[in-house]
Amino acid sequence: MSTSREWVGRRLGTVPGGGEDGDGAFQVVGKAMPRVDAVSKVTGATVYADDLSFPGTLHCVLLRSPLPHARIRCIDVQEAAGLPDVVAVLTGAAMPTRFGVSPSSEEEQALAADKVRYVGEPVAAVAARDEATAREACKMIQVDYELLEPVTSIDQALEVPMDEPIHAASKDGNVHRLASLEFGDVDEGFAASDHVREDVFFYEGSNHLAMEEHSATAIFSDGQLTVWSSTQSPHSVHRALSSVLGLPMRRVRVVATPHGGGFGGKVDPCSHEIVVAKLAMITGRPVKCTLTREEVFYNHRGRHPVLMWVRTGVTQDGRIRAMHFRTALDGGAHASLGAATTYYTGALQPATYDLPAYRFEGCRVFTNKAPCGPKRGHGTPQPRFALELHLDKLAEDLGMDPVELRRRNYVRPNSRTVNGLRITSCAIEKVTDEVLAASGFSRRERRDGHGQGFAVSAYLCGAGTPMYLNRMPHSEVSLKVDRGGVTVFCGATDIGQGSDTVLATLVAEELGLERGDVRLVTGDTGLTPVDLGSYSSRVTFMAGNAAIEAARKMRATLVAAAAEHSGSRPAEMTVAGGKIGPLSFEQAVAAAEERYGTLGSVGSYAPPPSISASKYRGSAVGPSPAFSYSAAVVDLDADRVSGEVRVNKVWIAHDIGRALNPVLVRGQVEGGVYMGLGEALMEAQAYRNGLLHHPSVLEYKTPLSSDMPEIEQLLVEQPDPEGPYGAKEVGQGPLLPVVPAVVSAIHDALGVWVDEVPVTPEKILRALDAHAKGSDPRTGPRSFPEIPYPPCEKVALPDAASATL
Amino acid sequence: MLRLRVNGETYETLTESNETLLEILRERLGLTGTKHGCELGECGACTVLLDGTPVLACLVLPDQIDDAEVTTVEGLADGSVLHPLQEAFMALGASQCGYCTAGMLLSAKALLDEQPDPTREEIRAALAGNVCRCTGYASIVDAVALAAKAPKGAR
Ligand code: FES
Ligand code: FES
Repeated sequence: MSTSREWVGRRLGTVPGGGEDGDGAFQVVGKAMPRVDAVSKVTGATVYADDLSFPGTLHCVLLRSPLPHARIRCIDVQEAAGLPDVVAVLTGAAMPTRFGVSPSSEEEQALAADKVRYVGEPVAAVAARDEATAREACKMIQVDYELLEPVTSIDQALEVPMDEPIHAASKDGNVHRLASLEFGDVDEGFAASDHVREDVFFYEGSNHLAMEEHSATAIFSDGQLTVWSSTQSPHSVHRALSSVLGLPMRRVRVVATPHGGGFGGKVDPCSHEIVVAKLAMITGRPVKCTLTREEVFYNHRGRHPVLMWVRTGVTQDGRIRAMHFRTALDGGAHASLGAATTYYTGALQPATYDLPAYRFEGCRVFTNKAPCGPKRGHGTPQPRFALELHLDKLAEDLGMDPVELRRRNYVRPNSRTVNGLRITSCAIEKVTDEVLAASGFSRRERRDGHGQGFAVSAYLCGAGTPMYLNRMPHSEVSLKVDRGGVTVFCGATDIGQGSDTVLATLVAEELGLERGDVRLVTGDTGLTPVDLGSYSSRVTFMAGNAAIEAARKMRATLVAAAAEHSGSRPAEMTVAGGKIGPLSFEQAVAAAEERYGTLGSVGSYAPPPSISASKYRGSAVGPSPAFSYSAAVVDLDADRVSGEVRVNKVWIAHDIGRALNPVLVRGQVEGGVYMGLGEALMEAQAYRNGLLHHPSVLEYKTPLSSDMPEIEQLLVEQPDPEGPYGAKEVGQGPLLPVVPAVVSAIHDALGVWVDEVPVTPEKILRALDAHAKGSDPRTGPRSFPEIPYPPCEKVALPDAASATL
Repeated sequence: MLRLRVNGETYETLTESNETLLEILRERLGLTGTKHGCELGECGACTVLLDGTPVLACLVLPDQIDDAEVTTVEGLADGSVLHPLQEAFMALGASQCGYCTAGMLLSAKALLDEQPDPTREEIRAALAGNVCRCTGYASIVDAVALAAKAPKGAR
């Protein structure tokens, strides 16, 4: 296919940081180029999970609970099983082993056996010759439920349960997880403060709404199980299948298919993945299950609704002396990654602001709603929203410029936070400068109904600790080179973010090839070495470093062979443009095969232990090999009469380290800004009595192309010393500052605070109404519940030696 | 027996009267380039052209397509030469996960066939029925605007 007509090629120069030549120092790194799989994507050739078909495939449909909370007395499948063309019917009794995405969350069953905990929880499954028959059969399954009182709010979850707790093991009502940590002396910090302020905020839950509905197909043959699935973490699915089905991991292969969007919604192993595998084992035939959109809303694992209370003490000159942050997360019916989410609601405040003393108390409760889990930004957009608005209010109290207040407290590069996180590269000042200069924030036009808001944020480049605690690499790459070509094997999963392109770019750069010369085998637990999955913005950093290590070893081998072959010294060899020294790449490979036999190299990555300096309960959450920083200014008009908000423009500066491919980076930044605007202004997975309000694309409001403002992005390239070619993450960070910046801009426009997202016209009008009546000009939660937090674990400050890096 | 033309090729296939064009394309004809994100007419992922007009394939029934000319994403390129929209989507990264791409391309093609030189507002309006969760629409709107500048004859 022709791929680069001139008229298109010229336009690549319009990509920020792009231009046809990129950074002259490299051959492919830094250049604005299409993704390596672009042709397949625009021609419809990419085969996604639901596009797969195998001869003789059976179709599986799940029967889901119509009730939010009930005991299952018995399930009668006899009639369904007797329907012609129904091949198998499955209930939870056949798969009693509980699973979850991490060892601490292994409480789910693929099909609920004893009780149902949310509307939409799978209770039975049918495999039939076609989907319509399977659906018909599902309707014939009789489930005898005994109703239990549903728990539908954080407040209710903290009370003594009316009937019984959602999970028998929960203490204190329906509390799933409590965290209480104190770093430094917080009471002393408050005592030394000139001014102390408290605020309460609420952030609504939301769904990922990835355009592709989850789908999985399983085949069991010759004692081996293979599952193709639209998963973000084939490794997690691999573990769950092995444990629930009782098969050793060596007999299970999980292939992550090209992905129609994840955003965190496909990190957890899911019921349907396990069910199709079990059905394939029972029937001996391929079994496929594709969720409907409504089912995706039930499967959920989306953004947690979080109620937050924050108290901060500052000196007159705006220096923070102490902060106390409390969160209460509505987790829905299952654990998912919720324990980690809870800690994430407290972990990154000190990674943005230098807090000398910090107390964090977090609580996650179970409710009878679809399970929450990780969504883009995992547990950090909510506290980011609260923290940034809280700082705006503090600045107002002090009569200080809100940007200046932040600057006085910014973390510094190469420092250690109070909770032990290692900060290395950190362009927080620079992203602030850039976004302020571009937007003209400090000179903004002040008129009623028009406003601008500023916010800043930090995010991880990969979780420093694996979900299954061990000391093995987080990402592994092997490289095969021979006369037949170059193949990279890596477990990394391209969910649309472009990880395949990143791998091809790095290996091509190291071997002096073009990206198209590099064949990729990724996300396949049967063929590729382990990578933990596409979550926590870890892939570029971790798989990228592993790929570079493998490629450099291979490069050294090829250089040595080529040098010997041509009688020159290895140091004289240049590797570029398809040549290794005087030899063509092919000649060099042939020389190396003659000299060494089979050529292979491996590389792996695990974060260095120094990323964390303190040990405490929850200290696995937060440390990362690097942090990215983002700053945003949002410009909008807000109408006093209708409460309508029109976002005019968003400026976003992001600390990318190095943009390995500006086309991909741009896409991630814009996608993050878009999702942030959605959560700020409309997205909500909201319930009434355990029933989801909006289980459809139409009802679940998201910004459409016609709603989107102009986005101006400013990439700050200060290479990170440990990132691959200096690169840092971009998939999640740019979402974070957008949400508070929107709300801050609304305050700038109308003089009222809406301390609760999504901001709706109705909430704005309520705040304006309160203002007019002379009461507190805000909408938002009034109080924070009494939570039985345990006494704080007092964590010693990182010692001086490790504090200076 | 249903007779329809898809991307210039004639197909005859058995169908049920309640089977949608989406199902016919994907399951009967093996043309899986057309995607689904809801099957309720709410997301635009299944957009195809029916006699040149964009329709949601998940809402179209057999009696509406007898003898019609259907264009899907598989029919956009001219042999091995990509359509300018495809070139522009690739160059500007307007396809990330790619799941909305087929529908986007066909909505955009219908726009450019009708209005060869659209404003950005017209582009945004023409794509307002196609949901994309990856791109924030910015690169998609840019790509359609760029494709509109392709030399005539390229599309
Ligand atoms: S699948 Fe047809 S509009 Fe969503
Ligand atoms: S590119 Fe993923 S939904 Fe549009």
